[in-house]
Amino acid sequence: MTPVWADPINYIIRLLRELLIGWGLPPDLTHFVMSLLGGFLLATGAMMFVIFLIWYERKLIGRIQDRLGPNRIGPWGIFQPFADMLKIFIKEFITPAGADWLPYNLAPVLSVGSVLLIWAVIPFMVSVYGVDLNVGVLYLIAAGGFGVLSILLAGWGSNNKYALLGGFRAIAMLLSYEVPMVICLLIPVMYAQSMSMNTIVKAQDVWFIVTAPVAALIFFITSVAEIGRAPFDLVEAESELVAGYNIEYSGLKFGMFFVAEFLHAFTVSLLFSILFLGGWRGPGAEQIPILGFIYLVIKTFVVYLVVILLRGSLPRFRIDQMMDINWKILTPLALVIVMVTALVDKAVSGLDSLIKAVILLVINLIVLYITSYLLKQSSKRLMARKVVSEKRPVAVYRPEQS
Amino acid sequence: MLSDWLYVGIFFIIALFLPAAAITIATILSPKKPNPVKNSIYECGMETYGDTWIQFKAQYYIFAFIFLVFDVEAVFLYPWAVAYGQLTLFAVIEAIIFIAILLGGLLYAWKKGCLEWN
Repeated sequence: MTPVWADPINYIIRLLRELLIGWGLPPDLTHFVMSLLGGFLLATGAMMFVIFLIWYERKLIGRIQDRLGPNRIGPWGIFQPFADMLKIFIKEFITPAGADWLPYNLAPVLSVGSVLLIWAVIPFMVSVYGVDLNVGVLYLIAAGGFGVLSILLAGWGSNNKYALLGGFRAIAMLLSYEVPMVICLLIPVMYAQSMSMNTIVKAQDVWFIVTAPVAALIFFITSVAEIGRAPFDLVEAESELVAGYNIEYSGLKFGMFFVAEFLHAFTVSLLFSILFLGGWRGPGAEQIPILGFIYLVIKTFVVYLVVILLRGSLPRFRIDQMMDINWKILTPLALVIVMVTALVDKAVSGLDSLIKAVILLVINLIVLYITSYLLKQSSKRLMARKVVSEKRPVAVYRPEQS
Repeated sequence: MLSDWLYVGIFFIIALFLPAAAITIATILSPKKPNPVKNSIYECGMETYGDTWIQFKAQYYIFAFIFLVFDVEAVFLYPWAVAYGQLTLFAVIEAIIFIAILLGGLLYAWKKGCLEWN
């Protein structure tokens, strides 16, 4: 029996359930009410958390670009997002002429909804999770696909050509990045022998980023692409598509896309830390569940920091480059790493788990090295051809004759 | 098991309800002063020209085909991955041959030029 302070959420749940049953509610109805309440709290909490995330990211991006970031309202500008939120709530909705009503209005709702859906299966501590689906990983992929659909709806419904181009690009990205993500997620499933998120966390005696670094890398790249951030932000490229799919949105409808983007970025960091960094696991997390939550938050913020750093430092890819990265690098690499991992893991299945982890790590690093070698070779060929075949303008300095 | 999906169903409704409610509140709070110029489509100051709702490029069709192949493949591979612990080496090699055939298909599509975006 854990003390109350170690597991406060479960304590409250138990208390509430006993209270409801004490009022004479049948158990089925009690379960329903508890689910409703839990879901509502989780979803509201996630949406409120975005306010903090927006401040955090603006501040960090500001520092990266040698600015101060928000610094006026409250200490370190921490209340800036509240002011922004109040303002955006009373802005006018401008619906463009000839917009398709249903897709136009459904898109912002669906974009937030699809991200919130993922939170249903996330295990926050050893005892607190929304639901432990036995097809959790497939559920994640399905919910991720929803978000891209909302971008297509927005692009199609706005009756604007830039928005439509953004929608087209979103579809191209969905078509490409889903495949390596699905394939590389096979490896955690293979190690844990289950698709449930809880079992995957519990199976990580050795973090999966050690035993499957290549799969972790592929998952990270594809999930950054899925959230549509820099360097993969070509669905909302400001400089070429004006703002892409959300060009015709104003007021809170635009705000919803904004919330969805930030929440999705945090959610994929959360997923990465659950699938590859051991989730809530850490010293003492089984006995004191609240400690596990703290570990999870720390890990997630480390991953989120990397996502923000990528956004702050990399230029945008062109669409053909993006398709090349996906179909010619990530997909073959994912297929090869699944084959290699399956074979090696089966061949060394009798050994001690630590030795097994070392062998898998070495094999992964070898595959990574071969990949980078091949990439270097092909990029050399590419550069050489370009330089030789094309005539380049040369600036010549001629002093004026006088 | 069924109660798990009940929770997901409830969560789905909540996840759609929350943003919809926020937008509804904002609709009530916000001013409503539309006029034809404000509501016109924003395309960098130019008058919009021609029909927006055009057909997708045919190239998407090829990519969608390849995408479909690999997604269906994933459906076959997930049960294999879940059962991985109980499988013999022979079954694993069989699955590897299956993946290798797909990899061959990908390489074929690559050689055929299906993966070039232009």
